[in-house]
Amino acid sequence: MHELSICEAIVSTAVKHADGRAVTRVTVRIGHLRQVVPDALQFGWELLTESTTAKGAELVIEQIPAVIACHQCGTETTLDMPIMMCGACESFEVKVLSGEEFLIVSMDVEEV
Amino acid sequence: MGRFHLHADGTSHMHDHDHDHDHAHDVGDHTGYEETGTTRVSILENLLSENDRVADANGRQLEAAGVRAVNLMSSPGAGKTTLLKRTLQELGSRVRIGILEGDIATSLDADELEGAGATAISVVNTSAGFGGECHLDAVMVRSGMSRLPLDDLELLIIENVGNLVCPAEFRVGEHAKAMVYAITEGEEKPFKYPVMFRAAEVVVVNKIDLLPHLDFDLDTFLSNLKAVNPTALVIQASARTGEGVDEWCSWLAG
Repeated sequence: MHELSICEAIVSTAVKHADGRAVTRVTVRIGHLRQVVPDALQFGWELLTESTTAKGAELVIEQIPAVIACHQCGTETTLDMPIMMCGACESFEVKVLSGEEFLIVSMDVEEV
Repeated sequence: MGRFHLHADGTSHMHDHDHDHDHAHDVGDHTGYEETGTTRVSILENLLSENDRVADANGRQLEAAGVRAVNLMSSPGAGKTTLLKRTLQELGSRVRIGILEGDIATSLDADELEGAGATAISVVNTSAGFGGECHLDAVMVRSGMSRLPLDDLELLIIENVGNLVCPAEFRVGEHAKAMVYAITEGEEKPFKYPVMFRAAEVVVVNKIDLLPHLDFDLDTFLSNLKAVNPTALVIQASARTGEGVDEWCSWLAG
């Protein structure tokens, strides 16, 4: 359940940036190569925002597919499983293009 | 592109819409949102930037003291503590080793290591934090480090909480992450816990002395591991018999 710790980090960053304004929505971007369960994040979110200026805010989780590029043949492969192998030539000489995202993208705050 | 939404009535769903992320997310089921007088604030910060900031500071402190730090992770019962005891017996007379022992509760692991050859041991019980954390984070490690004589040390081994998921996401200021994996855990785990297997620079395949007694297929496991982490150094070892411990110790000593 490290989602609770991650949530704590999101809440504290959002509240800090909101600077007293009410937060209505926070958007985070999480790649498939991260081991984060959206349901657990939503659960933690409700729990931890309860007593903050982000109470009732919506948490939007953008999930980003894992894509690798092959150093041998140049093919890009979108992964269903975390297997770092080129879908075309089966080489393991690959580079991760996306899927490791772990960002707080933006938030919406009420205008004062 | 899937987006996961939780609504006020407690229901949630995913919906798909292809787009890049250069535009505002005022599409989909968020009608009425413009009228509420809200402002979008761009943040673009790593989710764990606060943790990472402390981790960087820990790293600088270790660097200044000339200490190499290794973050040792595994599931519960894979043999971290037994391997550490062997490591201290083997390496403790040549290298000044500090152990930072992370555990949800108790100092049993630290007691086990007492007298085995460590220069200093520091215990961090994660239950002191919010909800009994299942991992060490950079702040906990900072607190554990403050109770260690860093200037007297050459190597710091951070024994993380036994857990294949959470420890992998939290940098603590280490120079390298290492993993102990017991062959009793089966061949398929690299696919189920890829974050940790990918993060590890070295994987100690432990309890290798049990190989004749198990259905465990070593070649399958090694190819699964390679699929997830093609560059990991793999050391076959038995903390019980001592097999492979010398190779592990020479990697540790850097």
